[in-house]
Amino acid sequence: MPEFTILLTAVALSLLDLFMPKNRDRAILVWFALAGIALAIVFLIFQLDDGVVTIINQTYRLDSFAKAFKLLMLIGTGLVLLLGIKANDLDEVKGEYPYLLLTGLLGGMMMASSADLITLFVGLELLSLSSYILVGIRKKNQLANEAAFKYIVNGGIATAITLFGMSYLFGLTGETNIYEIQALMGSDIVTENRYIAVFAFLMIFVGLSFKITAAPFHMWAPDVYQGAETPITAYLSVVSKIAGFAIMLRLLMVPFVFAPGTGKVITPDGVSYETLLVSVRPYLVLLAVLTILIGNLIALRQLNAKRLFAYSSIAHAGYLPVPLAALSELVFDAVWFYLAAYLLMNLGAFAVIHALGDETKEVTVDSFAGLFKRSPYVTIAMTIYLLSLAGIPLTAGFIGKFEIFMSALGTEPKRLVLALAMLTGTILSYVYYFGLFIQMYFRPSVTKKPVVASNGLVAVLAITAAGTVILGVFPSVALTFIHDHFQFLEIFNP
Amino acid sequence: MGLLTILILSPLLGVIVLSLMPSKHGSIKMVGILGTVLPLMVTIVVFSFYDRTLSGIQFAESYQWFELMTAISPNEPYPVTYDLGVTGLSLLFLMLSALITFLASLAAVRIQEGVKGFYILFLLLELGILGVFSSENLFLFFLFFEVTLVAMFFLVGKWGGFEREKAAFSFLVYNGIGSILLLIVIIVLFVEMRTMNISELTLLLQEADSYEFLSGNTRMWLFVLLLVAFGTKLPIVPLHTWMVRVHVEAPIAVVMIHAGVLLKIGAYGLIRFGAGFFPDQLKETAVILAILGVVNLLYGAFIALVQTELCALLAYSSVSHMGIVLIGVASFNTAGLQGAIFQTISHGLIAALLFLLVGVIIDRFHSTELANLGGVASQTPLFAGFFLAAGLASLGLPGMSGFISEFLAFLGLFETMPVIGSIGVIGLILTAVYMLRAVLTVTFGERKPHFDKQKDLSAMELVPSAVLLSLIIWIGVYPAVLSNTLQIARTLGIGG
Repeated sequence: MPEFTILLTAVALSLLDLFMPKNRDRAILVWFALAGIALAIVFLIFQLDDGVVTIINQTYRLDSFAKAFKLLMLIGTGLVLLLGIKANDLDEVKGEYPYLLLTGLLGGMMMASSADLITLFVGLELLSLSSYILVGIRKKNQLANEAAFKYIVNGGIATAITLFGMSYLFGLTGETNIYEIQALMGSDIVTENRYIAVFAFLMIFVGLSFKITAAPFHMWAPDVYQGAETPITAYLSVVSKIAGFAIMLRLLMVPFVFAPGTGKVITPDGVSYETLLVSVRPYLVLLAVLTILIGNLIALRQLNAKRLFAYSSIAHAGYLPVPLAALSELVFDAVWFYLAAYLLMNLGAFAVIHALGDETKEVTVDSFAGLFKRSPYVTIAMTIYLLSLAGIPLTAGFIGKFEIFMSALGTEPKRLVLALAMLTGTILSYVYYFGLFIQMYFRPSVTKKPVVASNGLVAVLAITAAGTVILGVFPSVALTFIHDHFQFLEIFNP
Repeated sequence: MGLLTILILSPLLGVIVLSLMPSKHGSIKMVGILGTVLPLMVTIVVFSFYDRTLSGIQFAESYQWFELMTAISPNEPYPVTYDLGVTGLSLLFLMLSALITFLASLAAVRIQEGVKGFYILFLLLELGILGVFSSENLFLFFLFFEVTLVAMFFLVGKWGGFEREKAAFSFLVYNGIGSILLLIVIIVLFVEMRTMNISELTLLLQEADSYEFLSGNTRMWLFVLLLVAFGTKLPIVPLHTWMVRVHVEAPIAVVMIHAGVLLKIGAYGLIRFGAGFFPDQLKETAVILAILGVVNLLYGAFIALVQTELCALLAYSSVSHMGIVLIGVASFNTAGLQGAIFQTISHGLIAALLFLLVGVIIDRFHSTELANLGGVASQTPLFAGFFLAAGLASLGLPGMSGFISEFLAFLGLFETMPVIGSIGVIGLILTAVYMLRAVLTVTFGERKPHFDKQKDLSAMELVPSAVLLSLIIWIGVYPAVLSNTLQIARTLGIGG
């Protein structure tokens, strides 16, 4: 139902845009899109307490996992729409902007809900294609063109690799439905060809790592984030990542949970094999550690605000796989909460960057200079986001980091490498986040005029700042919500 | 709402009033100072209602906060609770903090720019400090610990001296590393023991069957991490470089709080968590700790001997004095621990007094280089008198609190490790040397004629100095004033 709402809204918007006279203000389309999203959220909440429902020949699945991630994506897109209502130099953009966001959202929702390799792929492509267009939409801007090109090429390669891995899964089991694959993975044929299963896993893993900007597949992110319009950057760094993690968790865990790995386990009954997830764990750890370190280290040197936050996003994309790499029981709790916290703090930060980018020049770290004297409330909001990103208590970011640390240290044996990487990453991130504080509070500003912010932007700032603090001081607001309504283990039941 | 919650939130009243005032208002400083008076009064109330005949936690408050759950076993959640409480030990620290913050706020009237922001951050720092000492839950402890981190970053970075931003970042990185290490220890304990309540953990960890969850090896690692985490704060050489920078660059009021209170958080953590959670591990590493303490003592003293700038000298002096705390903790008997705790209180008062007087020096003579100062006794006798007294207190003259603390700490050390103790005593002699050199140069040295006709201590400077000095002497002459509240044997459950 929510998907239909979004689909219909998107179609309606594209038709409206087509038939509207050229000189009418496009803002009404954005409001219409927001209404569509609000309606979809309402439908989603009605669906919350239904059990697991599968439709379309079991390829589309509405379980707790799907609903949880869809909720996040809907909220994220809604906030991006609010953020971008003001059209400063968007006069090239016209009406494509809101409904492309919606089609991307639809793709993401399909990714979260799919139970079949093919629908997963369709959703992935839908999100990707919408994103490519959104990045390159400013036809006359050189950076945007470069960014779009890089994004298409990288994204295409990533999709190809993912598809390649999926084809091996099909080859092993003869099925495309993930749950059928799960059942067949324990069979003898697969056990004989277990290296192929591992290979399939790794291919899919690499392909999806592009999407979540994990190192060493993160290279496209800084250029693309810098070249895109700031609201689109916000969309990429938040909604695209949420969709990426949704597909990653589902696709990497569900089919492979019974699959045999490469290590031999000698039992009294004879030789058997450890599960695949245990065999590939070193690669997961390597990815997480590399991403955390690379993201944080390179961020230290950035002077352009959007690139800085691109590397910051990369670093957070390194914290997020830690519960998966730790193979912890807390994986769903920790990842979902961290994504929720990340959504709020990242969107808020990009909102502030968007507001600062009113003048056509690039937003640099120096643009933050003296911000407190210019616009104290915007600065306070930015302070909240920065504290949350750094993981200081009383913010949602801290609770998220706390849970991720728990997931790394709560397993038997404790994942010390992951904990150590997180420690290093957090300390490094202190330096560049607090560096922005120095700009905002300790430096004189170039101009005295306050930052111009549209109503939509102010709303986004208010919602995200309030959300970050509320989730930091009263995390039970979110935690009891997910514990009551989401039974994440349903993801494993066919 | 319990008394402790009121205590912790009391600086907020000042913060709110200050934020509503326009930046250039005349009475901002007055409001800021009054903002610290309120917590002081609440602390005195807590002190007067504290019952010394009871052991355990008093003024306890406990509320359910939130729960974390695993997907697989949703019936076994990890609860995080809001627990506050006071023991004799924390009560002493609370009083010290409230008093020194109040006195430091008086010294802060010299700040010229951004006064409103300064006092707001100052009060937030106080909130963090009060919270740290009132927490009965590790999560809350960490929360308030980080509040002090952020507040200090801004206070040092904006209102400090020439290299303030470097000092602020140095502070941030070192203390940040300490914080995250502490967080790791907290989380490991949380995951294994399912509680973060300090008293519960102390009891649970002493039970024999808890060794199934947390083996001796793991505990040793946790203890080492805890040592590094709080050792960054104490500071333990070689983790002390950030602290010297902060002492030199930060504004005097902030240094008063830093040297007087914040360093003591390291000591508090080591005693309450290190000794409380992992007593066996502490006993195993006692020799190493004692050696570290003596290294602090001697290294700090040697470096202080060659300093030419007063703030740096006092910074190394702080490093040296904190070594005595470590020595006391390492001996892990009643005398030693009592000495360690006395030393934290005593040094807090003495450091606050010394830096208060350095503030006077900066105000009158605009320099803290020993080469530029001298012979002030004839011009400003009152100041000279207090400065001499502070110096004597610092070197541990009998009749002042420093002597009691050093005596007890070394008494404890000699009981267990006499050889190390003998080496450590050399540090006391060195302390006398560098302290007298500094103090005598300033008060009786060569007079610098261009500094004649400076005003002696004003009332705003005289009253805090007198208060601090009288406390130092009172504790020195009648140490029971501390030990009655401390009830060391009961507080830490140690016999003998």
